Amino acid sequence: MFDSLSEKLQATFKKLRGHGKLTEKNIQEGLREVKLALLSADVNYKVVKKFIEDVQQKAVGQEVLSSISPGQQVVKIVHRELVELMGESFRQPALAPAPPTVIMLMGLQGAGKTTAAAKLARRFKGERRNPLLVAADPYRPAAAQQLNLLAQQLNVACFIGAPGQTPLKTCRQALSQAKETAIEVVIIDTAGRLHIDEGLMAELTELKQALSPHYIWLVADALTGQEAVRVAQGFEQAVGIDGVILTKMDGDARGGAALSIRAVTGKPIKFVGLGEKLEALEPFHPDRIASRILGMGDVLSLVEKAETLYSEEQAAELEKKLRSNRFTLEDFSSQLKQLKKMGPLENLLELLPGMGNSKALKGLKPDDKQLLHTQAIIDSMTQAERLNHKIINGSRRRRIAVGSGTSVQDINKLLKQFTQMQKLVKRLPKSSAGLGRMRGLPFS
Amino acid sequence: MKPKPPNKLGWTKRLRHGLSKTRHSFVHNLERIVRGQRAITPEILDEIEELLISADLGVNTSQTVIDYIQQELKRRELKDYLSIKNGIQERLLQIIGTNHNGLNLTATTAVIMVLGVNGGGKTTTIGKLAYRYQKQGKKVVLAAADTFRAAAVEQLKIWGQRSGAGVIGYQTGADPSAVVYDAATAAKARGADILIIDTAGRLHTKKNLMEELKKMKRVVGRCIPGAPHETLLVLDATTGQNAIIQARQFHQDLELSGLVLTKLDGTAKGGVAIGIVAELGLPIKLIGVGEGLDDLQDFDAQEFVSALFYGEDNEKD
Repeated sequence: MFDSLSEKLQATFKKLRGHGKLTEKNIQEGLREVKLALLSADVNYKVVKKFIEDVQQKAVGQEVLSSISPGQQVVKIVHRELVELMGESFRQPALAPAPPTVIMLMGLQGAGKTTAAAKLARRFKGERRNPLLVAADPYRPAAAQQLNLLAQQLNVACFIGAPGQTPLKTCRQALSQAKETAIEVVIIDTAGRLHIDEGLMAELTELKQALSPHYIWLVADALTGQEAVRVAQGFEQAVGIDGVILTKMDGDARGGAALSIRAVTGKPIKFVGLGEKLEALEPFHPDRIASRILGMGDVLSLVEKAETLYSEEQAAELEKKLRSNRFTLEDFSSQLKQLKKMGPLENLLELLPGMGNSKALKGLKPDDKQLLHTQAIIDSMTQAERLNHKIINGSRRRRIAVGSGTSVQDINKLLKQFTQMQKLVKRLPKSSAGLGRMRGLPFS
Repeated sequence: MKPKPPNKLGWTKRLRHGLSKTRHSFVHNLERIVRGQRAITPEILDEIEELLISADLGVNTSQTVIDYIQQELKRRELKDYLSIKNGIQERLLQIIGTNHNGLNLTATTAVIMVLGVNGGGKTTTIGKLAYRYQKQGKKVVLAAADTFRAAAVEQLKIWGQRSGAGVIGYQTGADPSAVVYDAATAAKARGADILIIDTAGRLHTKKNLMEELKKMKRVVGRCIPGAPHETLLVLDATTGQNAIIQARQFHQDLELSGLVLTKLDGTAKGGVAIGIVAELGLPIKLIGVGEGLDDLQDFDAQEFVSALFYGEDNEKD
């Protein structure tokens, strides 16, 4: 229902063409659509109310521009306001001058604290900061074990207290161990608790007072509804929040919870969890989530993803090869590997505008296996074949098919696609602008 | 650590206790809006709609409730707080339906398959279910088919120890369908009354993971004819409107038999469940109202709706 917000607005505002200015009356209907859309995205109703008032104020009196439709114009205003409401862009959390930096995670049961803790540890490890995970959840069965297993996967240290020990004692021991060893960041995974559970909230306050963590982050589930605000307020009032980690953003929830938490507590969203794998944690970008809430896609994330894996030089080299027709199957294969590094194709598609929930694409499940098969075919070729695909005759095709576990038809299909691509590239305009755009998207 | 001691309060009271924060705000707000008004104006209806949306009922369900009130306003005099309150309650009950049948466990080895997104409370629900049926003298086997999340198998094993149910599970990374197959075989061999399958949490958008569930369902159906007898979707009461999309997808792929609403002891009311019932016609079968072993109860629509609405002034127990 959400992807169509901009379309709905286009339709609503169509009749506005020819009006000189946006007036309170003629944007009313459009704003109702915006309101319903935000509510369906789980943005808190109080936040929505205030937001609509603000937008109305900004929109009324604006001239209807001839270059864009009034619908687009309002979308633009709404988007800008959403970004503003979402707060500042990502800032790397500063580490304490005297290590270790202590980060305490808290949240409701099942929000994803343990997974988020491990993901954070992986991130710090990637920055060459030595992390220590601390299991301070003695209630949920096997919670400590879960954290320990994740720590083993990441090859980072994990501290588990003796059975039956209070979280406070566990954390104290962990901290003194961290000070003795070369630990730079201590990440405390606390037990899930309800914001109205006074006993367990007091436990957090106690931890806060005793350990004075540098950061206390609330782990919140992106699927949360109107409740998000009450939860955030509960934790803010009882313990105090420095920032928020938003989890489960890899689903199709619009993440209105993020907006609500930010708007009500004023605390920034730091990271978003985008999958079950431990690398699926990314910095939060207000503008991107605003687009997502409005169903506008997230081209920026896609481009950035491509950029981190794809240097300027690589792009230039590729372009040269394509131009001079020296682009071989070997290059193709390395391109595929790059593409794979960007994550599952499904996730990539979601970042494209209109793709999130588009009906036409509903049935289309980009097949990561297809990539794997293609890769296997190329891997089963000899060096000579990869450098000059023209020598691949019938008997070679049979051999490659057997070697890669595919059929001769598959080989034929791949080679056909490859020649077509080569032809296509030849026809591209000579200006580098055309190819420049291809830089991020190997075979779009 | 030991599980928390079972709470001595009756479940209705506990549900009300859990819902009390909401109840306060909902009932009080409704009262604030309606009391003292001479007529129900569109503005007042707007405010009531907001109130319903704030309970996660969603735009559509809230609209049908408002439509109903509007209709009733024409038909009869709905002007005071109580009659409006009753009007909303009536409509919600119509949606949820009052015939609440529990779990269908008549088969020799009844199989319950439990699904849901990550962190909804599947394993905890299963632990409580196992405890309930073991206490009734039934023989329960648990299948630890969440082979993805670290320590999920261990978590279920601990629940198995607490309840006395047998647990079939292998190491993380094992094929969940194989676990299901072995558990079904073991359940039959041991003459178990109930087999409960714990699955890994998954977002409904992950197609391959949904396929994995379908396979598990097929496998258990081959081992035990008619199984699974219950396919339950576990839903966290704090979930917002995405729950409707979740339920729709799970239902489409796996043909659910009902919902389990968890974490109702917080301030969340699980209002979105009403929207799901309205749209998919699925019954809510169980509710989780706390962390104790006894804190899983059969769903009762009447109780659920009235618990949502009981104010301090007419608290009965």
